[in-house]
Amino acid sequence: MTFDEWLRVDRLPHIYCAGCGNGTVINCTLSAVDQMGWKKEEIVFVSGIGCSSRAPGYIVTDSLHTTHGRAIAFATGIKMANPDLKVVVFTGDGDLAAIGGNHFIHGCRRNIDLTVICMNNMIYGMTGGQGSPTTPRGALSTTTPYGSSEAAFDLCGLAAAAGANYVARYTSYHVKELTLAIRTGLGNPGFSFIEALVQCPTNYGRRNKLRQVSDQIEYFKSHAILAQKAERMREEGKKIPDDMIIIGELARRNRPALGVRK
Amino acid sequence: MLEIMEGSHAVAKSVGLCRPGVIAAYPITPQTHIVEALADMVADCSIDAEYITVESEFSALSACLGASAAGSRVYSATTSQGLALMFEVCFNCAGMRFPVVMSIVNRAMGAPLSIWNDQQDSISLRDSGWLQLYAEDNQEAADLHYIAYRVAEDHRVLLPAFVCFDGFILSHTYEPVDMLTRKQAESYLPPFKPYHRLDAADPISFGLFAAPDYYMEFRYAIDQAMKQARSIIPEAGTEFSEMFGRDYSGLTEAYRIDDADCAIVAMGSICGTVKDAIDEMRNAGKKVGLLKLRAFRPFPEKEVQKALAGVSTVAVLDKNISLGSKGAVALEIRDALYGSQITVLDYIIALGGRDVRKKDIATVVASAEAGVGDLFYGLREEVLK
Ligand SMILES: Cc1ncc(C[n+]2csc(CCOP(=O)(O)OP(=O)(O)O)c2C)c(N)n1
Ligand code: SF4
Ligand SMILES: [Mg+2]
Repeated sequence: MTFDEWLRVDRLPHIYCAGCGNGTVINCTLSAVDQMGWKKEEIVFVSGIGCSSRAPGYIVTDSLHTTHGRAIAFATGIKMANPDLKVVVFTGDGDLAAIGGNHFIHGCRRNIDLTVICMNNMIYGMTGGQGSPTTPRGALSTTTPYGSSEAAFDLCGLAAAAGANYVARYTSYHVKELTLAIRTGLGNPGFSFIEALVQCPTNYGRRNKLRQVSDQIEYFKSHAILAQKAERMREEGKKIPDDMIIIGELARRNRPALGVRK
Repeated sequence: MLEIMEGSHAVAKSVGLCRPGVIAAYPITPQTHIVEALADMVADCSIDAEYITVESEFSALSACLGASAAGSRVYSATTSQGLALMFEVCFNCAGMRFPVVMSIVNRAMGAPLSIWNDQQDSISLRDSGWLQLYAEDNQEAADLHYIAYRVAEDHRVLLPAFVCFDGFILSHTYEPVDMLTRKQAESYLPPFKPYHRLDAADPISFGLFAAPDYYMEFRYAIDQAMKQARSIIPEAGTEFSEMFGRDYSGLTEAYRIDDADCAIVAMGSICGTVKDAIDEMRNAGKKVGLLKLRAFRPFPEKEVQKALAGVSTVAVLDKNISLGSKGAVALEIRDALYGSQITVLDYIIALGGRDVRKKDIATVVASAEAGVGDLFYGLREEVLK
């Protein structure tokens, strides 16, 4: 399908660097929204600040481009004021897990009926490549010139522990799976969190021996391991290497949700 | 030694020479190059500091406050939205009298989002109890950091300080800058001597509840310290001038003002453009001068009165607006000149990075002479329709 009807074509060309993974996630999202049969008038896209957060600016529906880290708080207000609106949040690892971490866990705890899609490039992309809370230990960034010494957040683990109804992780390599996960999230009442690992050739790949766009996609492909398989390996007492990315549906449940019209 | 340096790097290098023990900052355009350079220096052990990659500006300034309370010299840098997020902690730093020094790389406030320069961010923290110094060029931006630490940490002052300089216009511009040597920096700025700090052997509590019978006295004490800084800043600036030859002895700096009929008042990098415009107007026979404010807090009321005593008209260039009133600088100047016959006109200018050229300054002066002012300069009428 083509997305011309969903895109603000007059805003193109977009600001993303050639080979950026964010476009893939926007595509998957629009595809999922389209599959849901949602109308443009009933959707609001909300975002904070970052390359990832620029996404709503390119989509024709109503949108709220807010302050860094606060998208979920703003989205909560929208949903509580008008539960008939379908509210989707685009965010980045910095936006969601650094400056906005508190809103993230409380959104999950309240299980507010939002779909939150995080484009996790493991870096502050927009400001030029400083280390974020998901920068892997040892990875280089402009604020960790000899490698990050801090542990990275497991965003999905955090969402699941904090109470989100639906949690899934894929990468920009897993286009079909990611689309399906977003679609499932959109249809699921309560807080749905989908983490999409994406390449940032400009500010992450370039500094971390993943120079070509394809290098990082290859990396995602070769390092992804399905949650069920990881579970089996654990049961068999096999060790899962630290650098593996566990993908798939990581939580789905039916806790009472906020912001759903009875 | 003169080096051609980016403004951010000149500031980062000076901050390194000020020897902070703890640096905590969150990246934000156009401040990032400063903290990236400092992160490099820490990683390379060229400065002996802890660099904390905090998760927000709120945490950055909170960590700085904590580190200062523990007895360390601290540093942070931010701008615009980042400074807005620090609002609560800013008042706490001043209230607990911690001499934190922070660079503000001036940028407009959202919404709408803008990464470009004006001075709304720091001006909006006018009442927070922080000293505010403004730099005209990269040399001054670099040098004011030494002076800011000296004054902030002076036991007669003990207040936090902003060193403000214009985003992109200075931060991302290369200029020749004369850097102090390590030895010079050490001789000018001695190690931090906390007035009081967290010490298990001598316990003390900061920031406790003040009931109505105490609160006002705390605020009064901060105000007194601010007023005290009116003489401490020139003292520290004079010593700097004597040691290194660059003159920061005044809270203000006058340019060709002695016989002027019309004076422009401005802060920051715009003063460079104004000086050039004044030279051209002077060549054309117009008696125009500039009063540059280096300190905005404390406000140099006496210096302003003295410097402007001989002029008939003052045109204030405000890169900020107290919406519903006027530009913050014009309000101060009017207050300082209250009761005189001098006309003070306000020009809100260069918001959100709109360029100001020499001919704009000439137009402002012509308007002021015609008595037309208190306006937004250079509005695009076609956009307003
Ligand atoms: C309060 C505040 N602090 C800092 C910034 C500067 N800033 C803009 S985007 C960004 C990081 C974005 O990182 P992330 O959310 O991971 O998005 P990405 O650009 O990587 O997609 C930062 C620190 C800001 N806009 N507001
Ligand atoms: S900096 Fe990275 S995340 Fe931002 S547009 Fe470029 S590639 Fe994408
Ligand atoms: Mg990111």
